Amino acid sequence: MNAPDPGTPSRPLVEARDAVLSFGQTPALRGASLTVNAGEIVAVMGPSGSGKSTLLHCLAGILTPDSGEIWFDGQRVDTLGETGRSTLRRDRFGFVFQFGQLVPELTAEENVALPLLLAGTKRAAALKAAREWFERLDLAGLESRRSGELSGGQAQRVALARAVVSRPEVLFADEPTGSLDSFTGEQVMELLIDAARQEGTTVILVTHDPRVAAYAEREVVVRDGKASALAPDPVAS
Amino acid sequence: MLAGMSVPLTLLGLLEREPSHGYDLKRDYDAFFARGKPLPFGQVYATLGRLARDGKVVISEVAPGEGPERKRYVITDHGATEVATWLTEPLEPEPHLQTVLFTKVVLALMLDRPAATYLDLQRAAHMRRMRELTELRRTGATIDALLADHALFHLEADLRWIDMTATRLDALAREVRS
Repeated sequence: MNAPDPGTPSRPLVEARDAVLSFGQTPALRGASLTVNAGEIVAVMGPSGSGKSTLLHCLAGILTPDSGEIWFDGQRVDTLGETGRSTLRRDRFGFVFQFGQLVPELTAEENVALPLLLAGTKRAAALKAAREWFERLDLAGLESRRSGELSGGQAQRVALARAVVSRPEVLFADEPTGSLDSFTGEQVMELLIDAARQEGTTVILVTHDPRVAAYAEREVVVRDGKASALAPDPVAS
Repeated sequence: MLAGMSVPLTLLGLLEREPSHGYDLKRDYDAFFARGKPLPFGQVYATLGRLARDGKVVISEVAPGEGPERKRYVITDHGATEVATWLTEPLEPEPHLQTVLFTKVVLALMLDRPAATYLDLQRAAHMRRMRELTELRRTGATIDALLADHALFHLEADLRWIDMTATRLDALAREVRS
């Protein structure tokens, strides 16, 4: 694994230790290990079917590995019950996926406010906090629209706003630009990285696209269910 | 950034905007095209001398005064035609069929060395450069972003070749060792 740059926080925040997971007879992870430090922006790359999304879902407490360990901030995640993992996901993690993330019956600002409302924030305060992100993510004026009235890039920025509105410690992004054209995808990535850097959010970004991965500070490659860093950085080593 | 024949043609193009002195041409060239590799004064004046010899520019006036004489260059019709032709001609698409990386991979397989590791090392080097260029396009001026984009798309194409080659190493090894 690459050495962190001088000045980069080096406190391990998210970790997989020898994670193994099969779907029926099909192995998805075969002993994947990965450590992500607080404040890092890491790209997880790999070909289709390599297990990169499965690894992200394990790190995020969405899936539980058959064996191995998942850690977050010094706490075992894989041994938590569904309620504990659900609370962790709601209170400390944010998520951006490729498709279909917005609730179509809600307006854009209600979608963004959703994590706060679910966490018990009063409606007026949640909507106020949500609206602040519309300006930051170049969405001003779209607050009352429903998802069907948004372009793909706008919808993905709304999804990004929703992922960061509760100021999560970790943002998990699974192919966040996968459904967008390259120009719109670059815009979304710039906003995602800017927001993460400003908030000090750790980002774990799954992508097969090297141009998207290049927004990260380092990359890890998943092949055949195992994660490995690319060659050591000669500058850092 | 621009090498070989494109330096004289770029200077000619700059002269088509307006007649200029060598110093001003160098300043404009460096501002727009040099990207960290300024054009030496010697090359500017040698190039202008050749362009004048070939009838593509003429010297309109020589300003006397302190220091060296300042010649003002004006593009001719012949020079302007050359710029127009150059701009409209597409560049030769280069298939890059014989890259150094290709040679390394084939040789590594012939010598039974770890070609996959070499590809991984190259992949890491490409990704490092892509990160630098991505930061440049995020923080630089539009002109920097456009140049960074050009390099990024080429690096991305290389990476796709690296990935594809990595999946075919076994078959390639059988061919080159047979």
